[in-house]
Amino acid sequence: MDITVNGTAVAPPDDARVSLLDMLRDHLHLTGTKVGCNQGACGACTVLIDGRRVLSCLTLAAQAAGREVTTIEGLDPHPLQAAFVERDGLQCGYCTPGQICAAAAMIDEVRAGVPSYVTADLSAESVPFSRDEVRERMSGNLCRCGAHNGIVDAILEVADGSTV
Amino acid sequence: MSRVQNAAISSVRTVLGWVPDRWLPSGSPDPLIARQQEIGRPTSRVDGPLKASGRAPFVTETVLAGQTYATLIHSTITRGRILRLDSTAAEAAPGVLLVMTYRNMPRLGIVPMASLTNLGAAGNSALPIMQDPEVRYNGQVVAAVVAETQEQADHAATLVEIDYAQEPAATRFEDAKAGARTLTSILIERNHVSVGDAERELRSAVHAVDNVYRTPRHNHNAIELHGVVAAWDGDALLVHDSTQAIVPTANALASLFGVAKEKVRVISPYVGGGFGGKMMWDHQVVTVAAARLAGRPVRLRLTREGVYRIIGGRSPAEQRVAIGADADGRFAAMIHTGYSVMPPYGRFPEQYTLGTRAAYRSKSFEIIQRHVDLDIVPNTFMRTPGETIGAFAVESAVDELAHVMDLDPVELRLRNLPDRHPLSGQPFSQHAVHQAWTDGAERFGWSRRQAKPGTVRDGEWLTGLGCGAGSFPYARMPGANVRLTLRRDGSAEVSTAAHEMGMGTATVQAQHAADRLGLPLEQITVTLGDSALVAAPIAGGSSQTVSLVAGLSAAADDLRDELLRLAGPDSPIAGLKAAEVRLADGGLVSVADPARHDGYREILARAGRDEVTVTAAGSPPLEMLKYSMHSSSAIFCELRVSAVTGEVRVDRLLGSFDCGTILNPKTAAGQLRGGMIMGLGSALTEETLFDERTGRIMNPSLADYHIPAHLDVPPIEVMWTGIPDPRTPMGARGIGELGTPGVAAAIANAVFNATGKRVRELPITLDKLL
Ligand code: FES
Ligand code: FES
Repeated sequence: MDITVNGTAVAPPDDARVSLLDMLRDHLHLTGTKVGCNQGACGACTVLIDGRRVLSCLTLAAQAAGREVTTIEGLDPHPLQAAFVERDGLQCGYCTPGQICAAAAMIDEVRAGVPSYVTADLSAESVPFSRDEVRERMSGNLCRCGAHNGIVDAILEVADGSTV
Repeated sequence: MSRVQNAAISSVRTVLGWVPDRWLPSGSPDPLIARQQEIGRPTSRVDGPLKASGRAPFVTETVLAGQTYATLIHSTITRGRILRLDSTAAEAAPGVLLVMTYRNMPRLGIVPMASLTNLGAAGNSALPIMQDPEVRYNGQVVAAVVAETQEQADHAATLVEIDYAQEPAATRFEDAKAGARTLTSILIERNHVSVGDAERELRSAVHAVDNVYRTPRHNHNAIELHGVVAAWDGDALLVHDSTQAIVPTANALASLFGVAKEKVRVISPYVGGGFGGKMMWDHQVVTVAAARLAGRPVRLRLTREGVYRIIGGRSPAEQRVAIGADADGRFAAMIHTGYSVMPPYGRFPEQYTLGTRAAYRSKSFEIIQRHVDLDIVPNTFMRTPGETIGAFAVESAVDELAHVMDLDPVELRLRNLPDRHPLSGQPFSQHAVHQAWTDGAERFGWSRRQAKPGTVRDGEWLTGLGCGAGSFPYARMPGANVRLTLRRDGSAEVSTAAHEMGMGTATVQAQHAADRLGLPLEQITVTLGDSALVAAPIAGGSSQTVSLVAGLSAAADDLRDELLRLAGPDSPIAGLKAAEVRLADGGLVSVADPARHDGYREILARAGRDEVTVTAAGSPPLEMLKYSMHSSSAIFCELRVSAVTGEVRVDRLLGSFDCGTILNPKTAAGQLRGGMIMGLGSALTEETLFDERTGRIMNPSLADYHIPAHLDVPPIEVMWTGIPDPRTPMGARGIGELGTPGVAAAIANAVFNATGKRVRELPITLDKLL
């Protein structure tokens, strides 16, 4: 079964050991998806599968068969990108595509009312956007340059302004 | 650094002290300080859209024709030798092209060791790389496997069988202290400083503190893994490398592999974070050698574990800080001594006492660093080397003294600020530390602090406020060349083999060029990251921005001279000399009579030229020898500590900085915040766990080495005095490392204020508060 990557059907790799991350980067040359650990610890490799964020380094390419993969190239252009630049939510830029992919999915999670560790009322119908909610939900995406404040500002701006 | 060099530097300083300012190349303030247009604007980074779309090219995305993939094998013992190495199965595995070990690795010399000023050297370790069966530290590279795909190489690496004969290794810090070495110099400063009799002053002081502070190993943990792609074409070598030392790496590879410098090209347009960790280590050498043996381009991307194994980080340290003060709190004794690790094959002394020399006045000083030797991957510089851990110790001690004296810790600091360098007596080039403290305290609301620890409680949470000072020396490097091309359409290109690792170099230099040349920002392009461009020094010591500003301003002077020559007799500025014109408003303009102006387009058109290109290097950085040049910070923190779990949550951080002209407040704020966040990590979570029994790092992963995540990072306020330094290009001083020092102490001091518990060993983990 094919994998749909940014709307295009591609055949899964012959070598079953190939991760989704390596398929994207090394086979398809979709190098916007980054690799920071290959251990599921940094979030740089975040992509969307059927609209949900996943770590592509911990996902075998074969697991994406029959599903829709969206990478930063597939999101582009996205209002989060301009907001990240404007709010300086990036420095070296290496964690950035992963942050943006994660944020895009995270905004949908909040909108769907999925609670988090910092949500005060777990039974509430809706979860309000707040700085703390964004910080908690984005904690799987590390940034060593320390662009955290700008990243959160950018996400809040886009989410509150409902430009997505 | 030898005794001779020590003497030479101090005598140059003495002589320069007598030289009137105008005799120095950097004597009169940069005139552009008064004419900022683009400089000082919060321009968004020019490469932001490229990075945010994932299109900025990083090294391991390079694909060359016929490219192959390498995997490293690391030793699992600390000292000893390889007894048996069987690569038969690996060589027979599908896709494998090469298994390289000490047996077939080309015979190479030692990588030239990095120094701040040597453009020919970038190494961190003076050990041979896969030249013999010896193992000298745990995790050392012992083999590399090259295959058609990464998966094949990774799999084949598991098939290589190695037996070792183990030998005893030096792995225990405490045991090694007995054999500690005392270097003559720490970087370019004398190591041992003794003014008066500090021990006696301490004993007779009215108030005194005397404690030992411990800090662990740290790793840089740039999110981008180290990567190299190397390809040989005859004796020409092309290397894509993630590096903060482009030209030194190219030169070092040329000398190592015995080819002419011009034959080696290193490309590194974007680096996914450096922080001191992306200099030259074994992986570049192994990859270049493997490409030669395989006869194919080779890509190597270190694993995260591999980064911990073969890229050194910050040394652990044990520092004694003792301060004695008179009844008013004026320091009578400042003692700062300690131990850190530096193996004989390493180079980086972790200069934690350098900041202490300039921070406070004292009647007496006793300062010395000692180095212990362990069998480890050599330590190296990591963002704000020395100052980060030095400030933790000293600024904790100052807080302890303030507590003993029942005096406000800000007030205690203000009483001891120096008005010239406390040891050399040199004047500061610019020094508004007092203002940074008072402005910061005001904005932060420091007056809310309760002096008595443990008194502010809300349910389970104890709240505390703390502060700490940081400093970082100004550095500008010689050898920063800039090529400037002015085109007939009025656009200009700035190019140099400098580095973009997130500092915003292209953005800030474009702003600078716009002002220097009198052109709109959109007309400027900045090209970096390729050794084929004119040479630039390493990105280190927070020096790249000012070094390039000096290079570009020298190039602009040359451009002015060249344009004046081209302008000809029909020009409105004909007859004026170089000193009588300046670059402004898209052309040359008379200083005395701004109505006399000749546009760049017009000059080039009249001369029949499409473009003019000049190349120049910045003047020698003599200002560093004549003045005491430091940036300073006052850091404030508010946090909560759970009385139940010992968990620390930092709610607020504020950094108030005195660091010269801010060239771009947006990117500067990012740099300063980034530094502060690294300080936050060092305070609360960061520690490279080292097994002293085996000599092995135990947490070589981002899952077990905790760098700050979003929930750890509160909103961070930054502010600055903004006072230009009259002795530096554009009045600026480097800020890439200034954010970090002082933060760990501010947090530790706030923890004390919250709980009454004094933690003198980083990181401040929950167990230390229960
Ligand atoms: S590369 Fe996948 S989480 Fe780090
Ligand atoms: S911008 Fe460099 S790691 Fe986030």
